[in-house]
Amino acid sequence: MDKVIIAKDLSLAYSNNETIINKANFSINSADFVFITGASGSGKSTLLKSLFGGLKLKQGSLVVGGVELGNISRSRLNFLRRHIGIVFQDYKLVKEWNIDKNIMLPLLINGYVKSVAQNQVDKLLKHVRLNHQTGKYPLELSGGEQQRVAMARALAHNPILILADEPTGNLDEYSSGLIWNLLEGANEQLKTTVIVVTHNIPKTLNVNYKHFHIEYGSIHEVC
Amino acid sequence: MKSVRNHLSLVIALLSILFSMQVFFIVERAIDAYKINLSQNYSVIAVSKKEVSVDEFKKINSIISNSQEISPDSVIKRLSSDMKSTNIELLKLTLPKFYKLSLGYYPSPQEVKKLRDNLLENSSITKVEDFSHNHDTVYKLLLLFKNVVSLFSIVVLVVTVLLIFKELRIWQYKHNERMSIMGLFGAALWLRSAVLFRLSIVDALIASFLSIGVFAYLSSYPWIIEQFRSIGIDVVIFNPIDDSLIIVGVAISISIILASLIVVGHKEEA
Repeated sequence: MDKVIIAKDLSLAYSNNETIINKANFSINSADFVFITGASGSGKSTLLKSLFGGLKLKQGSLVVGGVELGNISRSRLNFLRRHIGIVFQDYKLVKEWNIDKNIMLPLLINGYVKSVAQNQVDKLLKHVRLNHQTGKYPLELSGGEQQRVAMARALAHNPILILADEPTGNLDEYSSGLIWNLLEGANEQLKTTVIVVTHNIPKTLNVNYKHFHIEYGSIHEVC
Repeated sequence: MKSVRNHLSLVIALLSILFSMQVFFIVERAIDAYKINLSQNYSVIAVSKKEVSVDEFKKINSIISNSQEISPDSVIKRLSSDMKSTNIELLKLTLPKFYKLSLGYYPSPQEVKKLRDNLLENSSITKVEDFSHNHDTVYKLLLLFKNVVSLFSIVVLVVTVLLIFKELRIWQYKHNERMSIMGLFGAALWLRSAVLFRLSIVDALIASFLSIGVFAYLSSYPWIIEQFRSIGIDVVIFNPIDDSLIIVGVAISISIILASLIVVGHKEEA
């Protein structure tokens, strides 16, 4: 099975040099559904940030989608990010763009023609059950709806990897259920690798998943 | 409405720069035109023992553009009633030559002094009248006017630059989030900054067309033309080609510098 992520002796630290992840070794296969858990401040989000090149490695090696992230050039990093979908707890939608344009963003970055991209946006809006909200701006939607827009954006360009940082952290039960369904669907139907950082793994999940737990800077797989 | 307000803040800052710049140009042109006007009315009188040609005068100092001999007839006429015609002819021969010297441009007091010294160095020239007192007063007034306008333009420029830097901080805050989000999905720098550059160029064009429109209107406004005519000068208030190009060029340059500073100062958040 292809490995999408390979970490060898990976250490991560912020600028104050305090090590957050210490010499971690793990790998994630293609089409895996992975949960990363840990207490607050354990380094879950830091690890996720490093997976899309948002943080420089302190030590070791991290390969994502065949790209080594240590000393990566800006253009190579952009190339990698064009194949990753990211979902954040605070949605990170562009407020001055309507939701169609927000979803279209990765398609335009990947060089799709606008008419093709618009078709894809229409399909995705239906998929996330927001086709009745087309043309609206993020702040006109509820938190759950904004997160579905963020999900649609993460799925738009058919990425090899979806990274989700507490995607249901701010949502009610109904909206959370919809987000988990979308992540499951991407993993089962499109064989996309999904990595979710969360406090609580939902009990109603229908996929087989791997579970990594972070404690005192070490990552270990929970069987 | 919000979008119009966003545009207005930079457009107004640019407009104030373009307005003060164009006003400075108009004042410069008015002063130059007034100097030409003054130079046409200002001349130096030189008294010489013998005849001096125009070329000889030009060799003495290149500021001299022409010389004209003043006929002694008017002076002699007043004396002629008591004199015989033979004596008058004799007097004419003994009288020195009077010359009215026209200058190429309106000189500074230092240039007038230098011209006087140069003329007196010539052995045949015995006296020079440069009307330096009147000249100095007019020249100092012109200089004062020019300095006041320059100072005013600098003050406007400083205030506007401060305004633009405040605007820069607002833009940085506003555009940073969008640029960071685009960066998360792998947008290249040019694509992340494209919206910013497009916005700033649109604002620059709006500000340029507004100021071009206002100055084009003012240049044909009778009251303003009349004001310049009343002091005997004809000033180009607005040159449709040259001034338009300068206005558009300055506005776009400022906007591009502003946008580039934002792009350079952009720190990616994740």
